[in-house]
Amino acid sequence: MKIILLTILLLFLSGISLFVGVADLTVGDIVQWDREKISLIFVSRIPRTLSLVLAGIGLSVSGLVMQQVTQNKFVSPTTAGTLEAAKMGLLAAMAFLPSSSMMIKALFAFCFTFAASLLFLRMVERIRFRNVIFIPLVGLIFGGILNAVSSFFAINLNIVQDMNAWMMGDFSGVLQGRYELIYICLPAVFLTYIYANKFTLVGMGKDFASNLGLNYRTVMNIGLFCVSLTVSTIIITAGAIAFLGLVVPNVVSLVYGDNVKKTLPLVALAGATFLIVCDIIGRLLIYPFEVPIGLTVGIIGGAVFLTLLLSRR
Amino acid sequence: MIEVKHISKKYNNRVVLDDISLQFPKGKVTSLVGSNGAGKSTLLSIISRLLQQDNGHVLVNGKSLTDYKNRVLARHLSVLKQFNHIGMKLTVRELVSFGRFPYSENRLNAEDHEIIANAIRFLDLENIADAFIDELSGGQKQRAYLAMVVAQDTEYILLDEPLNNLDMKHSVQIMKILRRLADELGKTIIMVLHDINFASHYSDYIIALKDGGIKYHDRTEKIIDENILKDVFDIDFVISESGSKKVCNYFNH
Repeated sequence: MKIILLTILLLFLSGISLFVGVADLTVGDIVQWDREKISLIFVSRIPRTLSLVLAGIGLSVSGLVMQQVTQNKFVSPTTAGTLEAAKMGLLAAMAFLPSSSMMIKALFAFCFTFAASLLFLRMVERIRFRNVIFIPLVGLIFGGILNAVSSFFAINLNIVQDMNAWMMGDFSGVLQGRYELIYICLPAVFLTYIYANKFTLVGMGKDFASNLGLNYRTVMNIGLFCVSLTVSTIIITAGAIAFLGLVVPNVVSLVYGDNVKKTLPLVALAGATFLIVCDIIGRLLIYPFEVPIGLTVGIIGGAVFLTLLLSRR
Repeated sequence: MIEVKHISKKYNNRVVLDDISLQFPKGKVTSLVGSNGAGKSTLLSIISRLLQQDNGHVLVNGKSLTDYKNRVLARHLSVLKQFNHIGMKLTVRELVSFGRFPYSENRLNAEDHEIIANAIRFLDLENIADAFIDELSGGQKQRAYLAMVVAQDTEYILLDEPLNNLDMKHSVQIMKILRRLADELGKTIIMVLHDINFASHYSDYIIALKDGGIKYHDRTEKIIDENILKDVFDIDFVISESGSKKVCNYFNH
């Protein structure tokens, strides 16, 4: 029921999103089949809305998986060095293969992200002091180190600006022919759904999962694979959006619990809806200019999260 | 039957278990007792494949643990450790449903649903079946975990300190449930217990460990003896009869 309502809301907002923008576009233009306007829709508006939906789904589902795998509610692509690792991969691609296609860049980003996730997980396992706040702090430090290394090479190679432009979460540059890579996150999300029950068990800890006959390590690695694939393709096509993977799964968990099979569709839909709303607000606030989406996500998400956290106590 | 053959385990050169061999009788309640660091929990973890031993084998129904597929073993043997330590927000029914995971993974069939309902009834959880476990009291939580194990429907149930953090009333409640699991459903129960009086009242056999070895292994009434207990725990006991059971007083010695 909630899923149906959320889906309708998402479709409605996607519709609105299609008609928000600098170039004037109304439903009437479509009815009259104005060629110029139609091509605007297909070249710019539909790619933008679709990639918003996919990035929203992908990043929030990735956050959910990471929180299960590390058994920590505060771990997300932002707080585990994942984004920084993708950045490093991007840098490597730009340094070694300057004229590489987006596909190759994404592949580099994926490899780095996957390796960094495995490394982070090993670190988490070795930490005996399992404080809830301690693990994301380690993640932030880990990300900081990766970032420092990337910056060093980026400065030497004179591509700091280039790289930052890639990393900046921005959907205004999403155009037909340049965003299709983001579809790769769909199979990853689908795989996550198939493994939903296993991710719930992984979240209950090694002993608990082993008791129920789960191949703990395999499921963890599959989770990290999905996360790395999703995050790296989204970063290449749209850039990084902080906090989405932290806020959305936590808000859903506060209300509906941690049964991944049950909450995953909600997390996905809520993530997409939330990102679309933030994007519309960002586009309207200082029209005809745009507020970076990372900013709106951070402010609105932070406020929603804090309110929920405080009202539940 | 579970058989343990020549199990040894070291942590950083410190011997925790030294050449342990044991057999656990079917359909009975067996308690592992001993001081802190005697190796009880380590032994339980090895028998339940949560920990890898350095030497020796564990045989479940004549077959070595390592020859079982994880999922198949999970239909024969279940283990609960660190009862209160799952930071997940699941409802009682969801938790109990995961007991069927080794059988049906994602799709629960009609039989699974019936087993889940029975397990919830067996542990008297019907009125809180849809509550989140993180909102329950310690005793209710414990019962919810046990219900999951009941739904898992294994011949062998291994428990590490099932009474940890429970008050007296709930401890008695849990022990009575475990007794019923053995007597009514024919389960074999092996558990680590700290309270010698609970072991005395509710178990059929007691295994006493000391310094990584088995000191005594016998029927409960034989083990509850002033000299034997003194040998195991290094403190004096005064034992009195209460009905057909023995009560140990060690509070002032």
